[in-house]
Amino acid sequence: MSDADDAVFLGKASDGRLIRRPLSPHIGIYHWPLSMVGSILNRATGIAISIGTLLLVWWLVAAAAGPVAFAGVQAFIASPIGLLLLLGWTLSLFFHLFSGIRHLGWDIGIGTAKRSLNPGALAIFALTLGATAAVWIAGYAVFGG
Amino acid sequence: MVELALPKNSRVVPGRTYKVADGAVRKKTLRVYRWSPDDEANPRLDSYEVDLDRFGPMVLDALIYIKNEIDPTLAFRRSCREGICGSCAMNIDGGNTLACLKPIAETSGRITIYPLPHMPVIRDLVPDLTNAYAQLQSVEPWLQADSPAPPDAERPQSPEERQKLDGLWECILCYCCTTSCPSYWWNGDRYLGPATLLAAYRFIADSRDERTGDRLDALEDPFKLYRCHTIMNCTQSCPKGLNPAQAIGEIKQLISERKG
Repeated sequence: MSDADDAVFLGKASDGRLIRRPLSPHIGIYHWPLSMVGSILNRATGIAISIGTLLLVWWLVAAAAGPVAFAGVQAFIASPIGLLLLLGWTLSLFFHLFSGIRHLGWDIGIGTAKRSLNPGALAIFALTLGATAAVWIAGYAVFGG
Repeated sequence: MVELALPKNSRVVPGRTYKVADGAVRKKTLRVYRWSPDDEANPRLDSYEVDLDRFGPMVLDALIYIKNEIDPTLAFRRSCREGICGSCAMNIDGGNTLACLKPIAETSGRITIYPLPHMPVIRDLVPDLTNAYAQLQSVEPWLQADSPAPPDAERPQSPEERQKLDGLWECILCYCCTTSCPSYWWNGDRYLGPATLLAAYRFIADSRDERTGDRLDALEDPFKLYRCHTIMNCTQSCPKGLNPAQAIGEIKQLISERKG
């Protein structure tokens, strides 16, 4: 027994022996509704864009530091790994944005009906993919490769 | 605390297989979580192959058949078999629901049954809900008023005021919602959970109750109320079609509105 919560796990066998009860399975056996997937992704993308912002800071600091440093960062961002990170950052940003707007709606009682939960999550997936594609296509069209 | 893995004594191991559906036309396999305090062993998943033509249409019918005809040691709670007592709440194919309201026809392949998630297990499909009941009691889910009731009548309530209780009073306290909530899994010792918060809101929304302010005061707490992160599993799982997430949202709104 390490803390008071453990008391609820104290059980007795038929002969009176004290035993420790098991905890029933949870996240490993639960069937995740789409709305739950969306909720977890909202957290994950929040963490991702926080870390991704460091990349942006690095880029700005390099721009202030001089042309050599800036060229180094530019080369990294243009590399396959850099582009992948940037793509992940864009996806995360849009997902977190749309999901955040949905949370604002929920906070004032809009869109909480059961029938709208999974379609809402699907809509956020679609909006995220669409907005990311639009930004990247626009980016390449305006600034080139 | 988020702990994704089960404690060592709680990991589920493969169990026995009962094949007793020889000659059956319509066969079905149910895998059922088993644990007894007398086993001195980890929980296991027993497999029962049954003949669907021997019992009724619901998952509860299958469990009662197994207990009566195959394995009398199987323990589960059940009473009304019509979705009003809330006893047979369990996790069926990954979702929390009432076994008596879950048609076998709605399942595909074998059915897997666990007790309500993230609860101490008393035996087999019987979880210990002591903490959850204590939490319910803590929100004082009964009508409270200081003003005297009319001497010769009930406290009056207009049809509009009464309508505000629809979708709240129907809760049967089966705790499908509470035990479907990841926030409750990780912080169930301090977060009240959807069933209890819905019960709290049922009295906050009642025009006859005069303790609204006290009730909101009691709930305004980082853990009791605000561990709800609108994951929405509660609303998704409620076998009565209620919306605990919406009720929790209403409480949050009332608290911020009274701050002005």
